[in-house]
Amino acid sequence: MKYVLLICTPVDGEELSPAEIAEDPRFLSYIDEVRSRDIVKGGARLRPASDATTVRVQGDEVLLTDGPFIESKEYIAGIDIIEVADLDEAISLASRHPAALGGGSVEVRPVWE
Amino acid sequence: MTPEEAVAAAFRGEWGQVVATLIRVTGDWDLAEECAQDAFAQALDRWRRDGVPRRPGAWLTTTARHRAMDVLRREAVGARKLQEAAMLTAPGEPDDDSGVEDDRLRLIFTCCHPALHIESRVALTLRTLAGLTTPEIARAFLVPEATMAQRLVRAKKKIRNAGIPYRVPPAHLLPERTTGVLGVLYLLFNEGYTATSGADLVRRNLCAEAIRLARVLARLMPDEPEALGLLALLLLHDARRDTRVDATGELVTLEDQDRTAWDRAEIDEGAGLLETALRRGRPGPYQIQAAIAACHTTAPTAADTDWADIAALYGELLRFVPSPVVRLNRAVAVGMAQGADAGLELVAELEREGELSGYHLLPATRADLLRRSGRTTEAAQAYERALELVENDAERSFLERRLTECRPAPPPPSRSPRTAPPSPPPEPAHPTADGPSPSAGRSARPRRDG
Repeated sequence: MKYVLLICTPVDGEELSPAEIAEDPRFLSYIDEVRSRDIVKGGARLRPASDATTVRVQGDEVLLTDGPFIESKEYIAGIDIIEVADLDEAISLASRHPAALGGGSVEVRPVWE
Repeated sequence: MTPEEAVAAAFRGEWGQVVATLIRVTGDWDLAEECAQDAFAQALDRWRRDGVPRRPGAWLTTTARHRAMDVLRREAVGARKLQEAAMLTAPGEPDDDSGVEDDRLRLIFTCCHPALHIESRVALTLRTLAGLTTPEIARAFLVPEATMAQRLVRAKKKIRNAGIPYRVPPAHLLPERTTGVLGVLYLLFNEGYTATSGADLVRRNLCAEAIRLARVLARLMPDEPEALGLLALLLLHDARRDTRVDATGELVTLEDQDRTAWDRAEIDEGAGLLETALRRGRPGPYQIQAAIAACHTTAPTAADTDWADIAALYGELLRFVPSPVVRLNRAVAVGMAQGADAGLELVAELEREGELSGYHLLPATRADLLRRSGRTTEAAQAYERALELVENDAERSFLERRLTECRPAPPPPSRSPRTAPPSPPPEPAHPTADGPSPSAGRSARPRRDG
């Protein structure tokens, strides 16, 4: 099954750059496993929520908001599209994700197929 | 046994198994339930006519599978699925049920998957494993039927859409997931255990279901001493169920319960199972709690209770469940074993830490220990504090009685009629009073740290 991992980071938390993550010894085994098993089918690292623009439409008017639509304790810092056997495997992966180990959280969402 | 009795017995014993196998065969929870229901309806007819089959469970499973085949054919599903279903409906009865038993274990683990909300786990377990109807489950949990129906639909949807696997978890997940299953059954039992009046028969039925499911689990997981420990714990609590409130609905403490009215057979069975479990040499929270319950239920009188043993067991339990509630229970036992002052010291420690501030059993425990050592003035103050915090009528009434005992006689009160009868107590009035302590249920929380 395909899942999207929504990588959530605490607001005001420290965000590691992709390069820093790649060099952090804590994440080596995870990154190696994901690569060697070809689990990740796509994804993106996102700029922080402060760079977001939210678009809504009311009638024929386009309304823009500077920032995310919902103020929350965490914001989405990235997404990974993964393909694994079942939810247990997706949870196991999410629980070892650098973001989850770094104080954030990972929301696991099945892809509508 | 009449055919009607045979069907009723088969329903209690085999429902979960029939549904479990049908889910594996069809991959469709709703279809599985529908076909199981249909098979039981047919059984009533056929068994009246042809007699009860030698193995009712196998008859029901085969009948339900045939029905599933018909439905799948009508819906023109893929040939592979049909072949799978057909393969399982070989003529004659298989002599080996082991695969079928595995189905039931699969179903237990899937219903209790930690990715489902705890309320959904409980509801699914009752619906698919115990065969309770949606209205029955709704009544048991005091929610509208539509809410419960919605909850069940949502849970089944999530299992399907989120890809929750229908299987017994692999070895590396098994210990933590087993703990989760035990937690669901314990919760189920406690829901029923807090029901006390006749009107709550539906809820009391939950105790019987929890025990039935715990039996199934203990049989399916013979290498898991905690499964035996849970079954022992439930039996030892259930044995005392009818003595916990008096005819007027007032709480009766463990000390004052009529021991001759306890169910001896249940106590003996529970104690025997516990011994078997403990011989494995792998203790756990359910075995330890069962051992504590056994200390209480096997003492001929309240005065014979081995409090030193109980205090030591709570110390053991703390290694597995380091919660302040367990420490409070230990304080009671220490107070009973070594004198009130030793217990009061531990209570004071908990008060200083403040984790239980707002929990009425903390001052109630202090009050009880003070009362036992004859310091009634201080005890009265602590009872007053507990009364400020208590939320449940039966417990309030219990604490008020104690407070009256500790106070010098007040002037005669003006008579005011009671407006409402007290509602049944959902929890023990204080840790010595009774019942499962609200501690190990929390061990069911899934660990999220990999």
